[in-house]
Amino acid sequence: MRERSLSAVPKAALLLLAAGLCAQLLWHVSHPPARAAAASLPAAPSLSAVQLASLGEPIALSKILLLYVQGFDDQPGVQAPFRQLDFERVTGWLGLTLQLDPRGQYPLFLASRVYGEVGDPVKQRIMAEFVYQAFSANPNQRWDALANVAITTRHRIGDIVRAERYARALREQATGPDVPDWARQMDIFMLADMHDYERALQLLDGLIQGGQISDINELRFLRERRERIASEAANRK
Amino acid sequence: MLKQIRTIAHYTLLEAMGNRLIWLFAAVLVAGIGFTGFLDELALTEKREIQLALLAALLRFSGIFLLATFVVTSMVREFNDKGLQLLLALPVTRAGYLFGKMAGFAALAAVPALLFGLLTALLAEPGPSLIWTVSLMLECWIIAAFSMLCVLTFNQVMPALSAVMGFYVLSRSIGTLQLIGSQPLAEHSVSQRIISVMIDCLSAVLPHLDQFTRSDWLVYPGAGWPLLASLAGQSAIYLALLSGAALFDLYRKNL
Repeated sequence: MRERSLSAVPKAALLLLAAGLCAQLLWHVSHPPARAAAASLPAAPSLSAVQLASLGEPIALSKILLLYVQGFDDQPGVQAPFRQLDFERVTGWLGLTLQLDPRGQYPLFLASRVYGEVGDPVKQRIMAEFVYQAFSANPNQRWDALANVAITTRHRIGDIVRAERYARALREQATGPDVPDWARQMDIFMLADMHDYERALQLLDGLIQGGQISDINELRFLRERRERIASEAANRK
Repeated sequence: MLKQIRTIAHYTLLEAMGNRLIWLFAAVLVAGIGFTGFLDELALTEKREIQLALLAALLRFSGIFLLATFVVTSMVREFNDKGLQLLLALPVTRAGYLFGKMAGFAALAAVPALLFGLLTALLAEPGPSLIWTVSLMLECWIIAAFSMLCVLTFNQVMPALSAVMGFYVLSRSIGTLQLIGSQPLAEHSVSQRIISVMIDCLSAVLPHLDQFTRSDWLVYPGAGWPLLASLAGQSAIYLALLSGAALFDLYRKNL
């Protein structure tokens, strides 16, 4: 059916349409879009509320929430978004997503590799503690995040005592077959760096004589390190 | 013309009563009460906040969905039954018909807004609850007007309802889309820049419904009358725009 011509439309109707459109455009110009600020990340909701809102899809919701939290880092007009975030709130969100999807690695990746490297020792320590707490719940699956945090804490923050605590937790708790030896041995070298030669040598002896390591090159490497640590200990005496 | 508008609005309301739409709103209300009771058992802490936030979101979406569905189906049925031709054969102008229908739907929108607002008032402070109620009514008016425009354009239920839902989802997410589109990283590629410009254009012609009827007004303090005045201003402008567009479509329609 053909439409009637434009002349069939009363001038008042055309005027209303034009005025409405102009007013809407003016309204839009006078109300600039909101820009997210790094500080505007709200506190994480409770797990029960989020579980209910997930409508039986906790994993999907966990992923969406992670992207939502991540979105706060990438807003325009913010010079150093990572540092400006309230890290207590960020860990709240990350913990929530981890509870929704306990097998997911993404929250720990964000905590250890993204938020954990912001260059602010106080905030980095908050993230490190979050990863450490999460690691204890499933050490064999989450060891890599804690290993990364231990290295960052040791070399970027320079907090060797804390780093050694993480490395010790790796040695004591991450005992699964997928956990590489280097991750379990970090503790020993950190002890040596802390001049606790006695404990370092004890642990190295246990490793070398314990029969758990079958690789000849690795055994040779450990023996060389043992000799070096022993000589350092002798020199300090 | 005022008399025509009043009469048509009156019969539009009567039709809604005849369709038992009010009972549907009441059913949503009862479901909402049951839902809050369930949440009360479920939540360990912040019970009131959890109840309010989820209840408000449920009521808001239900109200909009029911109203849009009613507007679309009622108008399509009227077209199919040649009710519009019959009306226009009487001394009724097309503008009188359109504004009459719009007034009827606007009056109808007050029913879910008031019912749902009363329910939220049981859990929230009266002030924020009133602001939330008025905002829901404004939002319903915009959706009802847009539903009318869609029916006049598409003449069929499915395309019209799909367009309304698309419009609603887009209007509620346009603020977020703009934020995503304006990321500094995204501006490097040409395609991203084009998308960003398109989103900005859409944002200019869409009402920002994400700023309407927010649950956080009920849960946290901060919602005030200036905010509502701003929403009323946006609603008035958008209703004028939709009325103009709908009049344009209706007058060009060859019945």
